[in-house]
Amino acid sequence: MLLLSILTIPFIAAIILLFVKHKEKANYIAIGSSVVIMALAFNIAFNGVANFDADWILSLNARFILTADGLAKILILLTAISFPVIFIATSKNELRNRNQFLALMLFTQTGLLGVFLAGDALLFYFFWELALIPVYFLCSIWGGEKRIAITFKFFIYTFLGSLFMLIGIILVYTNTTDHSFLITSFKHANLTHGQQLAAFALFFTAFAIKMPIFPLHTWQPDAYEQSPTAVTMVLSAVMVKMGLYGIIRWLLPLFPAAAASHANFVIVLSLIGVIYASFIAIRQDDVKRLIAYSSIAHIGLMSAALFTNTSIGMQGVLIQLFSHGINVLGLWIVADIIEQQTGTRSMKALGGLAKKQPTLAILLVGFALANIALPLTNAFVGEFLIFNAIFQFNPWMAAFAGVSVVLAAIYTLNMVQKIAYGSVSDATNLMQVPNKSAQFVLMVLLGIVFVTGVYPQVLFNITADTLQQLFVK
Amino acid sequence: MNAIIVSTLLGVIMMFVSWGTSNTKLQRNIGLVGLLVLILANIAQMNGWLSVNFDTKGMLAFNAIGLYVNTILFTITFIYLWINGEEIDKIGNHTADYYAIFFFILCGISILTSFDNLLMLFIGIEILSIPLYILTGADKKNLFSNEASLKYFLMGSFSTGILLLGIAFIYGATGSFHLNMPILNPATNLPVEHFLMSAGLLLLFVSMNFKVSAAPFHFWTPDVYDGSPTVFTSFMATVVKAAGFVAFIKVFEVQRIALGQNTWIIILPFVIVSTLLVGNITAVFQRSVKRMLAYSSIAQAGFMLFALYGNSTFNNEALVLYIVAYSLATIGVFAVLIKMKDYSIESFNGLAKQHPALAFLTTLFLFSLAGIPLTAGFFAKYYMLNAIFTAGAGIWLLVVAILFAAVSVYYYFKVVQAMYFVEGLPAVHPIEKSYERKLWVIAIILLVLGVFPSLLFNYLYF
Repeated sequence: MLLLSILTIPFIAAIILLFVKHKEKANYIAIGSSVVIMALAFNIAFNGVANFDADWILSLNARFILTADGLAKILILLTAISFPVIFIATSKNELRNRNQFLALMLFTQTGLLGVFLAGDALLFYFFWELALIPVYFLCSIWGGEKRIAITFKFFIYTFLGSLFMLIGIILVYTNTTDHSFLITSFKHANLTHGQQLAAFALFFTAFAIKMPIFPLHTWQPDAYEQSPTAVTMVLSAVMVKMGLYGIIRWLLPLFPAAAASHANFVIVLSLIGVIYASFIAIRQDDVKRLIAYSSIAHIGLMSAALFTNTSIGMQGVLIQLFSHGINVLGLWIVADIIEQQTGTRSMKALGGLAKKQPTLAILLVGFALANIALPLTNAFVGEFLIFNAIFQFNPWMAAFAGVSVVLAAIYTLNMVQKIAYGSVSDATNLMQVPNKSAQFVLMVLLGIVFVTGVYPQVLFNITADTLQQLFVK
Repeated sequence: MNAIIVSTLLGVIMMFVSWGTSNTKLQRNIGLVGLLVLILANIAQMNGWLSVNFDTKGMLAFNAIGLYVNTILFTITFIYLWINGEEIDKIGNHTADYYAIFFFILCGISILTSFDNLLMLFIGIEILSIPLYILTGADKKNLFSNEASLKYFLMGSFSTGILLLGIAFIYGATGSFHLNMPILNPATNLPVEHFLMSAGLLLLFVSMNFKVSAAPFHFWTPDVYDGSPTVFTSFMATVVKAAGFVAFIKVFEVQRIALGQNTWIIILPFVIVSTLLVGNITAVFQRSVKRMLAYSSIAQAGFMLFALYGNSTFNNEALVLYIVAYSLATIGVFAVLIKMKDYSIESFNGLAKQHPALAFLTTLFLFSLAGIPLTAGFFAKYYMLNAIFTAGAGIWLLVVAILFAAVSVYYYFKVVQAMYFVEGLPAVHPIEKSYERKLWVIAIILLVLGVFPSLLFNYLYF
């Protein structure tokens, strides 16, 4: 029941929000419900919980089954932490029809939690799409100038991808022995070699678009730039994880042979994307675009590590799923505070933040260091394991991927330098009053960064059972 | 048999109602009550409570699926008349006559769901078509309506001619009008090839494709749908088309073997792919929402043609669900369209601000047409794809289908974008709250079927 309630609470809160016109009340409802969800998520992550199982569509033998293993737990935790953080950090931003905005955000959260919990392929697909629809409206209504065309591109891209996955699901479903969508029946489906390759390609397209992997990434920087920042945070901290989650939960266990034979291909694509995105990030002047490209680079590393088929790589990714979310969230919040107060995102126009708002500058530096994966920060643990896995797979590829660490240092430190140091620019001069609530959540996030960086065992404990399932036969 | 008798009687009654009363509201209510009686009569036969039966010499055969489709189509017609009743009043000044026409159409439909003989197929199609020609031209003072009616009549008669020729060929080959199993060669267990039989079936195939507006026999559709009064377009594109599909499947369920399995898996995918192509691609370029919906109905016909692909049990489920999802959503969109003063996409600009509920409903209907989860349209498409895959279609056909589904998202979402993201003052006729409430009924049905599609199938097997 706990699993069902974590899905229904955001959904009900969202429906209530549609009728609450008052701005402050809407904020309280959104923050309150998301904090309740966070408490439930902590309970699920640290205490464990029984599956929820009910009949759904009898004629197809599809079941409404929710399960929470280590992989699901870590992503639920990330989702549940992200939403209150986002709500609090952006609570002062000007938005028209705030209640509708918050309601759509909570619908998105329902979809995301559903994706991570679903233990039935059709249910998974259902939530996969449901997470997308509210985002489409959020970006198109509250986004930047070119929002309509950009969001539509994003929508069509991901929708097409998920339709491919739907064919993949039909293909596997038809070949299951007991005609069911359960993940266990999917694993034991009688697929011929050709069918396995086809299904692999169909599923992979959907996940690759969502992550996104080079060359399917073109929707992402534009979408991140044009979305309202709160949505960008959801997109980059949580939503891209859907693609990685899909690979770990469905792609690798279902089609191990096809995954192994295509590992080289996927890893090379991912690494090209990593280096390519890093170089583009160096050239960016817009803070939002810089973080967007940096995010593509980090996701690329994770997807490369997944296909090495090593337990060390899997462990690294499982931790990095969480850490990357926290880090990128921190960076976005800092970028949002700066944009809200100065009205610009161009690094040329910024400078001297350390003199004007030292606390914010320190927080920025903290997240920047985590973005470079310096020791003591959470990303170090994950990326160390990831590089280790790629090295085991192929040392040359590891060398190639290693370049991205240097590049990450270049663009991140360059960003810190341009924003925080130098003389106080005209734009920065506008930043008079520090945004206390946003700084508070940033401190909490930075706390998580260092705690899980120094003592990653917390996260290892949560994910231990997934690793066990995947690698100890 | 109940449905055929009752619908005929009701048709005759409605013809004379206008002598008794000139109050259109009363006429409308008599029509609706009559329709309820018809639905009950059909349900009575479906459950075996009460049915009038006499020996039709095997001309008609009533089976579960046929009766169930009757119930569904009658119910959809009821919802359609309930929502659009007042709009129908506004066209011409013979309200009661329209209801008589509707009952004759429903009589044609109940023959088409139960025929077991090609002559009955012909009679059913004629009983269905002739009232439709009248409905198309109902707006007598509008030249477009007249043009559409004439065009529909000429093209329709032509295709009926082809149908008759096909039936004559088959009669020539087999000496019977019955839909029997084709004669098998005992040595190979394959049907005996017979030139006249194949030629006849091909002609039937062409004619049925015309009736369901599948490409390349679709050319009449956009003009007729665009020209006829919008309320009647809504009916023609949904209930009538669905009945056409049921008849189409009844003819070819068994007979396609006589055509040769190889011929079938060449001509059918050809028709499906070209229908999807023509419908979707042309819809993208339309400026008028009404015309866009006409092309989209061609595109949706392409998806419904998948039900002809194999004869697994999934086919019936898929077709029934598709008919319900597509018809209700289309009726909903048309019901909104009727309230617009101008049918261009721009006229929807800013609708979400002025009429948030109406915009939400339209979005939901369009989502269902596009096949987005949580609406019935998603499961309709899912069941369809599942059915053809189980029937042994290649993955390429599924990929083509979903590529066109993605194209359809493009044009359906253009309306959504206009409503939500573009500023503007929509030109809308005044809309009563009760009208919106009626649309909510459709929306709720679509949402419930979007989560529990199997609710529809309980009656399919008994």
